[in-house]
Amino acid sequence: MDLAFTKEEQAFREEVRSFFRDNVPPDTRRKLVEGRHLSKDEMVTWWRILNKKGWGVSHWPKQYGGTGWTSVQHYIFNEELQSYPAPQPLAFGVSMVGPVIYTFGNEEQKKKYLPRIANVDDWWCQGFSEPGSGSDLASLKTKAERKGDKWIINGQKTWTTLAQHADMIFCLCRTDPSAKKQMGISFIVFSMKSKGVTVRPIQTIDGGHEVNEVFFDDVEVPVENLIGEENKGWDYAKFLLGNERTGIARVGVSKERLRRIRDLAGKVESGGKPIIQDSAFREKLAACEIELKALELTQLRVVADEGKHGKGKPNPASSVLKIKGSEIQQTTTELLMEVIGPFAAPYDVHGDDGSNEAMEWTAQIAPSYFNNRKVSIYGGSNEIQRNIIAKAVLGL
Amino acid sequence: MDFDLSEEQRLLKESIDGLLTDSYDFEQRKKYMKEKGGWSQVVWGKLAEQGLLGLPFAEADGGFGGGGVETMIVMEALGKALVLEPYLATVVIGGGFLRHAGSDAQKAAHVPGIIDGSKTLAFAQLEKNSRYDLFDVTTAAKKKGNGWVIDGEKFVVLNGENAETLIVTARTKGDRRDKTGIGVFLVPANAKGVTKKSYPTQDGLHAADITFTGVEVGADAAIGNPEDGLALIERVVDEARVALCAEAVGLMDESLKTTVEYIKTRKQFGVAIGSFQSLQHRASDMFVAAEQARSMSMFATMANDFESAKERSNAIAAAKVQIGKSLKFVGQQSIQLHGGIGMTMEAKIGHYFKRLTMIENSFGDTEYHQRRVADAGGLI
Repeated sequence: MDLAFTKEEQAFREEVRSFFRDNVPPDTRRKLVEGRHLSKDEMVTWWRILNKKGWGVSHWPKQYGGTGWTSVQHYIFNEELQSYPAPQPLAFGVSMVGPVIYTFGNEEQKKKYLPRIANVDDWWCQGFSEPGSGSDLASLKTKAERKGDKWIINGQKTWTTLAQHADMIFCLCRTDPSAKKQMGISFIVFSMKSKGVTVRPIQTIDGGHEVNEVFFDDVEVPVENLIGEENKGWDYAKFLLGNERTGIARVGVSKERLRRIRDLAGKVESGGKPIIQDSAFREKLAACEIELKALELTQLRVVADEGKHGKGKPNPASSVLKIKGSEIQQTTTELLMEVIGPFAAPYDVHGDDGSNEAMEWTAQIAPSYFNNRKVSIYGGSNEIQRNIIAKAVLGL
Repeated sequence: MDFDLSEEQRLLKESIDGLLTDSYDFEQRKKYMKEKGGWSQVVWGKLAEQGLLGLPFAEADGGFGGGGVETMIVMEALGKALVLEPYLATVVIGGGFLRHAGSDAQKAAHVPGIIDGSKTLAFAQLEKNSRYDLFDVTTAAKKKGNGWVIDGEKFVVLNGENAETLIVTARTKGDRRDKTGIGVFLVPANAKGVTKKSYPTQDGLHAADITFTGVEVGADAAIGNPEDGLALIERVVDEARVALCAEAVGLMDESLKTTVEYIKTRKQFGVAIGSFQSLQHRASDMFVAAEQARSMSMFATMANDFESAKERSNAIAAAKVQIGKSLKFVGQQSIQLHGGIGMTMEAKIGHYFKRLTMIENSFGDTEYHQRRVADAGGLI
């Protein structure tokens, strides 16, 4: 047991850090610090910088453009990325559909899609959830019927994140209605520009537009757009969801936010002195930092374990990451609300275009608090996570 | 970065787990509790035979040169088996003072007896009003010739009844809460002027309140600088806190395991109560709490070797906070999920809860350490 980072790992951290310092566009960083939404251009610009450096799809196998880093290097990269902060790679392409394609797709599909994912030539979105299929995803109803050399797709997806920017969608569709729930599902990819695809925005309680409803009305998709085998889509979905276990803790994001809280709490006054001088507030902040430190260590245990024993067997500790990670993210947004107090109220009707300078430093705090309620809901709600621990770890 | 045990560490774990499986079930523990001073000389002898009492001492002093990870392994195992023997008082704390600041003569006089199991120690530190502040000391050590005269009262001294040697903190100059002027003294338990009142503690251990009335010791009784011992005391107590964190992890592991086994077998309404989702989620939350505690116990073990004393103390304080929160949740919910049977002395689970609870109140509770971390500027 050796609990310290090696010299090489520390040098790697420096390399990553200085690359971010030199290459993340300052406006992009500032917007992230303030909790503002980025434009599509801002995101894509940064991802292409990252891809040019060779770090766009760092965890992919080397032959598809990956880096061959160790688990600990991936961990360091992610932590630095999140806490700088810089935009994280688009998960739907890089972490979700990419690995499914290079693991289960045919050669033609790999050649066609993977380079475009890496360079974000295609913006991908995820067609999993449906109005009637949330935590019980396998009950999904969207249908793909084979007609000649085409799939005809009908149905509706929801919570489709950033579908308004998307060029492509990977979609779970029912291809065998007679089969048992999980058995008749296929994994099909197609263009969002196809005839019959309609995207309708969902405005969330923070006033933002991140998610959408997507309707499919007799959408025609070439048969070769099926990934892997017909009716095996559920297996690929499980593979996809199990692939990104450690990133979900978002330790770097919370670290960055805690630094911001400390900074703001040194400026905002309460009772004639900065809030940070109030011992009750300081203790609350310390409590959150301690929880985060514990989570960081838990994450490192999972990372080190993956590095040593491969990704096959899930480490029991990994179930902790989603629950604690989301709780801590939510606590940090609560602390920010506490710091700004009555200035949480003003609502920027122009959205987050920065036009209202009076609200420069507070504008996104309440929205961010509202928005962060999602983190204990998405990616398998925290209640589902507890079911998983009870069954898979405790054997209940 | 590697969280796996080395081959030697794995063997160490197997050896102590094996020993305790053989000689430390719940029924045997009840018998040990009734022996003099509340623990078993036979078990202590076995720990000595396996070299566990010499683990952290340097090879030059007859020990095995073990580090923090080795102590963590032992303390977790002792926690898991709810061990009564004075490993913390003797090896971790007593041994800690000797290792860090003992003179060659002091080490020669005490370490061999610790390692072979013939001597145990006790740490007389707590005073009536000192609570968790290590620098709050009124017990006085006054110079007399080359030696010292000690006067004062110490409370809840673990292993105070059996220990041959007491390690006493006492003020050599200054006022009650001054950070300088504190010394650490080796005092034979049978010295003239030492009186003890022994009693069992809530968790089944034994402690004593000890009065020192004109107790005379020689110049060689002082460990380190008798006028500036606080840094040494903080260092050793930090090691004790780290050891307690590991012991608590062992206790939580066993509490969770016992509780999960119980709800799998206990039937109500015709089914195992573990099939109810509300109980499953509670058990899952206990697992989360225990894993977070394990992570921080490892962090504390690592922090023991930090160069900066300030960073070390801050990290260990943070660990004690996490362990305190986790142990309260795991302990309380273990009783809750056991239901009525968990309230009885007869069931094992209550004894785990009681030991966990006493750990929370040892060497600084959650509130105390949370304030320390907050006042030190946080942890990020």
